[in-house]
Formats: sequence, structure tokens, C-alpha cells
Amino acid sequence: MRKDIITSAIGILVLTLVFGILYPLLVTGISQVAFPGNANGQKVYLHGKLVGSKIIGQNFAYQVVKKGKPQVDKNGNPVTNPYLKYFQTRPSATTPPDNPASTTFSNLGPNNTATLQAIQSNIQSYLGLNCATTLTSKGTCSQWYDHAVTSAAQVPVDAADTSASGIDPDISVADADIQAYRISALRRLPRSSVLNLVSKYTHDRGLGFSGEPGVNVLQLNLALDQLGGNR
Amino acid sequence: MTFLGWLTIFAFAAILTAVAIPLGRYMAAVYTGERTFLDPIMGRPERFLYRVMRVDAERGQDWKGYAKSLIIFSLAGWILLYFILRTQGLWNWTGLNPQHFHSGTWDVTFNTTSSFLTNTNWQYYGGETTMSYFSQMAGLTVQNFLSAAVGIATAVALIRGIIGRSGKSLGNFWHDLVRTTLYVLLPISLVAAIVLVFQGSIQNFSHYLSFNTITHLPQQIAMGPVASQEAIKMLGTNGGGFFNVNSAHPFENPSGFTNLFEMLLVLAIPAALIFMYGRMTGNRRQGYAIYGTVMLMFLCGAAVAYVAEAHGSPAQHAAGLHTQVLHGSTGGNLEGKEQRFGIAGSALFDVVTTVTSCGAVNSALESFTGIGGAVPFANLSASEVIFGGVGTGLYSILLYVLLAVFIGGLMVGRTPEYLGKKIEAREIKLTALGILITPLAALVATAAATASKAGRASISTAATGPQGFSESLYAYLSQANNNGSAFAGYTGYIQPNPGNLGAHGLKLADLLGGFTMMFARYAPILFALAVAGALAGKKVSPAGLGTMRTDNPTFVVLLIGVIVLVGALTFFPALLLGPIVQGLTVHLY
Repeated sequence: MRKDIITSAIGILVLTLVFGILYPLLVTGISQVAFPGNANGQKVYLHGKLVGSKIIGQNFAYQVVKKGKPQVDKNGNPVTNPYLKYFQTRPSATTPPDNPASTTFSNLGPNNTATLQAIQSNIQSYLGLNCATTLTSKGTCSQWYDHAVTSAAQVPVDAADTSASGIDPDISVADADIQAYRISALRRLPRSSVLNLVSKYTHDRGLGFSGEPGVNVLQLNLALDQLGGNR
Repeated sequence: MTFLGWLTIFAFAAILTAVAIPLGRYMAAVYTGERTFLDPIMGRPERFLYRVMRVDAERGQDWKGYAKSLIIFSLAGWILLYFILRTQGLWNWTGLNPQHFHSGTWDVTFNTTSSFLTNTNWQYYGGETTMSYFSQMAGLTVQNFLSAAVGIATAVALIRGIIGRSGKSLGNFWHDLVRTTLYVLLPISLVAAIVLVFQGSIQNFSHYLSFNTITHLPQQIAMGPVASQEAIKMLGTNGGGFFNVNSAHPFENPSGFTNLFEMLLVLAIPAALIFMYGRMTGNRRQGYAIYGTVMLMFLCGAAVAYVAEAHGSPAQHAAGLHTQVLHGSTGGNLEGKEQRFGIAGSALFDVVTTVTSCGAVNSALESFTGIGGAVPFANLSASEVIFGGVGTGLYSILLYVLLAVFIGGLMVGRTPEYLGKKIEAREIKLTALGILITPLAALVATAAATASKAGRASISTAATGPQGFSESLYAYLSQANNNGSAFAGYTGYIQPNPGNLGAHGLKLADLLGGFTMMFARYAPILFALAVAGALAGKKVSPAGLGTMRTDNPTFVVLLIGVIVLVGALTFFPALLLGPIVQGLTVHLY
């Protein structure tokens, strides 16, 4: 008994040193030397300023300003509208959306009315994005972008369903194809050059079969800004 | 459903088997004391550890001695982890608490400590909003290694009891603990962590990044030593996420490739242990029979989950979404799933982590369809025997094997024997207790939680109708099985601001969960060791013509029957009230 206690006490301290301090330090050392870019979060810079991480989704929106005052909600988070000239990421359950300092699932069940409402509201926003005027309160649009989606049945599931992490960096190829109509209209760019960028920033499945292809939205939007057109 | 989706499932099973066979051979060498290729590197640290811990690693322990060392060591680990988490705010000087998080409250810390000690890793805490780097490393990562090693040690002790030819010794706990960590867990974790960084995981100690995005909105990105913890979190079937959303976070699981890689890490040791068992008994077919049993059950679960998730959910259909696979779209129920994993990658991952005691998730289990969600429920109802956690899985299924041998013996009217040893009243009583204790803990705790107002406070407001019961049942089923995955709307911690500021725990959920995890971890360990002790001294009689074989397909069928029967008899009524009713209706609640 006494011997076990002594061994346990020494053991837990020594093993904490080995696995809790030395092991993470060793991994950090090797990673920082071999893959510093990845180890530090694949930072993306624009004009020398940090603007994001390549593999973390962002909310491509602007803060609403009324009478010269930036609007905030009652929790102090900015009230935002989507920036239509950028591709939009998937719906997010974090507050504010796409918040990588406090990730969370939506935790909406398959048979719940709350889920239905959330999906309906995501569909409405998505249809609203692709309506060239603005969606009326009844959800009708007088002028769509050419070939844009006009009904729920045409909305890809990734645009209607909340992502798991809330910071999904990717959208589906189908989603990007649809949004490309809006982007090329607003930026006055040929659709083909927008689609070229989409395919450039589409990653394949792992080993050719594991997972799904996805379009990295941050990289795509940064490349769009490089392309010229009407920014 | 797609061809590539099915390919993912079957290719994964094939790769797993190819990895597990050589790993099993290596692990057999580790525990029987044969030379391994790591001896020149690890021999010296191993002897050093024995010396500072003052143990004689050659001295055999009987089951009581082995159990005593195991329990006291676990207790020491509990105290240190609780201390580290409760004093989190005092470790700022190390530079490993860059966000200056405060310490957790006592109730949620009790739950977290118990869950990491028991290899559960239940997350009432939110990784990036409550845990400092120091807590994650020196606290949680350490127990990821040690709780895994304790599980494996127990399994090895039970094997020694079953095959032992002389005396009462089950080996030496300290020897098994040290060799597991140094020869198995550490080297694989080290390599895996580097692979993860190579593929995009992060590993640093910097402040959280704060900046304005290209549309001038503020964004803050959580950082940290993620890869080192991710590797052992998967390998040790622990499952406690560095981040709140666990392996759905792009820093924990950046791509379709890492998704596959992490699933392999989860199942590698549980699968290898089965092959190791075959080797150690001297009849590899014993291992193949068990492997066949669990692989069959695993593939069934994965197939059902994939079909159900690819079909989509009633809420999606009510909203008018089309859920078939279209060009460039995954289709299916993508609520709470990441684009890069898709439907198959998410369904398979969550089956992998719920058959084992891992409990990591790359998608929200709560948002799985009724039938898709019933698969994790069923996996948990089978009490961690379909591969199971590292070690726990093997000792749990060996108890089921003894039960199957006993039932088979009754059917043919002979005294049941397993590997030449008679299974008598004492062994079968201990086995039955070891098997029944987990369901008992799960059901009693669920009843207490759903029948009391304090318990229902944990149910999320959106979880109306059967979903609320599913949340509660899953919470205690998962904690009793030391799994740790969750229908994550179920909460035990209210935190208005990051860093534990102004936070409070929901005491009933925290305490009930904590006690459930400890009880359902250590009681079965003690029963397994007691069975090992009872078998250790028994004489081995040579197999005769009438001996029931335990290494052929007939036994596989019998074993599956016993597992399904015990699971169904215990849990079917409860499952009917939750996931099954949801799977059978398109009604919205």
C-alpha cells in the first residue's frame, strides 16, 4: 500500500513531465522547423497585414452603418450584411458567425421545428443573395441574376445546412457555381474567368476518395480581388 | 450515396486490418518481453523510470496487487489533474495561459477530471474558451496517455490470467504501464502528430490571433499545441477535443486525408490488441474469430449510418431541400457536417469513434437523422465491445466470450471450457457483474436525470419531443461507456464569457456524470481483474472431441448473438423512446 502510494506520487509527476511537457515541446520544435507555415495556422497576409487563416472560414460581410454609426446588436456584436461581391461561406452557429475563438455545433435535431426554421431562414438568405433586386418580405424577387437559383429545391445542401465547426472554410462546387453568376454580374467579369478561379481553389478528396471536394472561399475571394473588374 | 462513399468504408476496413496485424505482432513482443526494434532507444528511459518510481518491474502481482496499484495510481492522477485545472489561473507565469483564462468551477472540474481519468473525455468544458495551453498539455494530454495505458494494462492482465499456466501472477502493473506508454503510445503519437502538422494542423504556443478580415470585420482565431494532443486523443481512444467542436475544427482535422488518418489512429490499437490476443494464446484463430465478430458488427453499423445520413432528415425535406447527390453537391443530411468530410466521411468517423471509447466527433451527432443517430446509440448499447476503447474493448469482449462459452456449454450440456480452462460459478458470476454494471449505471443515471427538474435543465431548448430524451439518454450512456461523444446540446456548464468568467456548472449533470464515469470505469476493471485472478491458477486440460471450439464461424455467430441479445434486452425500451421513434416518423416536434 505505502509503496504503491510512493510509486504513484513519483510516477504521476515524472510522467506529467514526460508526456505533458517534453512530448508537446518536442512536437512543437519539430513542427516549427519542418512545417512552420502549417504549425502557425497558415496565415494569410494582404498588403503586409494579417487577414485570416487559409483553412478557417470567414464571414464575408460588412458592418451596417446607420446615420454614420456602426450598428451593434444587444450583445455588442456587429450587425452585418453579406458583401455581395464576395463568395459567401456556409451558415454558422457561432456568435458572431464564423468565430474561431468560440466554436460550436448548431445541435439542431433531425425532427425539430427549430431545425426546419433554421434551414428555411438559410434558404431565404441564400435566395436573397442571388436576387438582383431585394427579396420582398414574402420571399419574392422581381429580378434574379441569370440562371441563379429561384427555389428551395435548387439550393445545395451545404448552403442550407449549418456547418459542424461553424468555421467551415469550404463550400461545395455546386454552391460556388451558383454564386459565380452573382459574382460575375456584380464584378462585371466573364463567368468563365470566375469559374477558372473556382476550379483553381477547389481541393480534391483525400487520396482521391476520402471526403468531398470543396472550394476554399477565402483564397477564392482574395484571388477575385486580384482579378480586377468592378471591385 | 456514392461509389466513393462506399469505397471509403471498405477501403478503411482493409487498411485498418493491414495496419493492425503487424502492430499486433509488435505489441505481443512488447508485453511478453521479447526484443523489439525500439529497445535500443527506449530501454534506457524505461529503466530510468523504474528506478525513479522505485519499482521492481520483474515482480509479479496477483490480481489484488495489480488492482491496488492501478487504483492508487489512478487516484494520484485524479488529484493532480483536479489541482491543475482548479489552479489554472495561477499558471500564467509559464506563458502557457496567453488568454489569461480563470480556473474552472469545482463542479465542472470534477466532471472533467473524472472524465479524463476514465478515458471518457466528456466535454462540458469548451476547449478554446476555458482551457489554457498548460491545462491542455500538462493536464489533459497526460491523462490521454495514462488512461489509455491503464486500459491496455488491464486487458494484458486479463490475457495473462486466461493463458497463465502457473501461479497467480498477472504480471506487473508498473511494467505494463511504462512499456505501453514508451513502446506503443509515445512513438506512434509522435509520428502521427508530425503527420497532422504536415497536413495542416497547428502546433504553437502563440496568443490567439486578432485581426480584421478582408471585409473589415474583427476575427479572433484560437491557437495552441493542437497536433500533439490530437494525435494521442485519437490513438488512445480518448476523444476530448482541443477545441469545442472537436475533430470538426479545421485545425484538428484539416482534410479528407487527415479524416481517414485519424480514424485509423482510433482503431489501430483496439484492432491490433485482438490480433495480439490471438498470438499470446498461441492460436491466432482465436484472434481472428473475435476480429471477424467485431468487424462484421462495425461494418453493419457504418452501412446503416451512411444510408440514413445520405437520405437526409425530415426537417430538410419539410423545408423543400433536395437531398440527392447532385453534380458538385454532397446531398444528404449536411446539417452539422463539414463540406470536406461529406456524408460518408462524417458517418464513418462517428461510427469509428462510438464503437471505440474515443468519442471524438467530426460532425454533430445531435443533428444525425433518427436512424443515423441510432447507430451510435447501438454501438454504445453493445458496451464497448465492437473494437472498444484501447484495452477496455478487449477485456470487455473477453467477458462476452466467456459468457458465450458458458451459454454454449449449457446448450450442449457440458461444463464450459475456454482455452482448456473450466469456466465455473465464480468466474461466470464475476463476468455477468462485469457485463451488467455499465448498462445499470447508464440506465439509473438517465432515469435520475430525466425524472428530476435539475436534470432536465441540461436539455437544450431546441430539443423538443423525443430529441430531449435522446440527449439525456445519450449523455449517460456515453459517460457510462466512457465514450465521451455527445448529443452536444445537453449542457452542464453555463459560460457567458470566455475564460470561465462568471460561469457556473449545472451541478446535477456534472456530479451525476462524474460519478457514473468513475463507477462504470473502475468496477468493470476490478471485475475483469478478478476474473483474471480466478482463471490464472486453473489447470489446463487438453481439448477433446466434445470441446466447443471458439475459433470458428459458429462461435462468431454465437458471440454476435450474445452481444446483440444483452444489448437489446437492456436498452431496447429506452432506445424506442428516443432515436427509433424519430427514425420511424417524418413528423416534426
